[in-house]
Amino acid sequence: MDLFRDVVRPMIAGLGVTRRRLAREKITVMYPEEKRELYPRTRWRHVLTRYDSGLERCIGCSLCAGACPARCIYVQAAENTDVERYSPGERYAARYEINMLRCIFCGYCQEACPTGAIVLRQDFELANYHREQFVYTKEMLLEPLRVPAAVSAP
Amino acid sequence: MPKRVESIVLHDSSTPVLGDVQKGGNVVLTNVETLLNQARANSLWPLTFGLACCAIEMMSTAASRFDLSRFGSEAFRATPRQADVMLIAGRVSKKMAPVLRQIYDQMPEPKWVISMGACASSGGVYNNYAIVQGADQIVPVDVYVPGCPPSPDALIYAILKLQDKIKRSKASKFQDLQLIELEPRRLEEVSA
Repeated sequence: MDLFRDVVRPMIAGLGVTRRRLAREKITVMYPEEKRELYPRTRWRHVLTRYDSGLERCIGCSLCAGACPARCIYVQAAENTDVERYSPGERYAARYEINMLRCIFCGYCQEACPTGAIVLRQDFELANYHREQFVYTKEMLLEPLRVPAAVSAP
Repeated sequence: MPKRVESIVLHDSSTPVLGDVQKGGNVVLTNVETLLNQARANSLWPLTFGLACCAIEMMSTAASRFDLSRFGSEAFRATPRQADVMLIAGRVSKKMAPVLRQIYDQMPEPKWVISMGACASSGGVYNNYAIVQGADQIVPVDVYVPGCPPSPDALIYAILKLQDKIKRSKASKFQDLQLIELEPRRLEEVSA
């Protein structure tokens, strides 16, 4: 057995690959410090959006709950009154709950929504310690008001 | 005399981080608990328990783009004897449940479980007779990760959350251990 031909040369050749790769650009995303750019249609955490006037888009029609393949959405509708007005339509969602553990982020709810109320945004940091923390209520899902004083009847 | 020395002497037991002067960690003589927690949290060896498609994301988390070894978890073990954290990646069928439990029992203490994805955490879309509706019916789960499947970043976030939990826990009083020991006694009471 030729020591140089059979042992040393293959080792040098192998290390040559390592040396060439070292010079290349590193592809590791340093996740907690820097986040990778997600695709524009990435589907993660749900958000219930509002109109510019501050009224909720959701009219409590439960079409999202019907379209959901995992049956993870619960909507309870209530009637709007002139005194208490949440959405421009007749009804609004009094309760809106999503079980995030059941949800498979397919986006069918977003597709089914007639008013574009529920959208899936890009916040993916959803992991948590207890089951109870995963039932997201309407308060958690609803977009905060941009200008708090802008609430007015349409 | 520099001002920082005062904060080194003061010891705050809330969350002492090794070498972290700002949080009041004891720098020179750290306590054993902090040292143990740091050692446990920063060398979490996962047990490969890929049951379905989530396993693909679990593998890509360990690969070069996301590089789980930055957090000390690159050594995926195929044997439960050398693993610290079980990553249940995928739906747990009822046939798999006893196997899951046995492998969990074979892991040495301290051990943790991450339930990855909708199926492992709650059954997901598979609300049927074949799938266990949540792996926490079989083993105690520490961190749940929603998603179908969770992206590698989401899994890394869960592992960081687990590390946070370990660093906050009391290493001397391992509470989960007591919970598991209570389990067979309760079963006897039911059968008696």
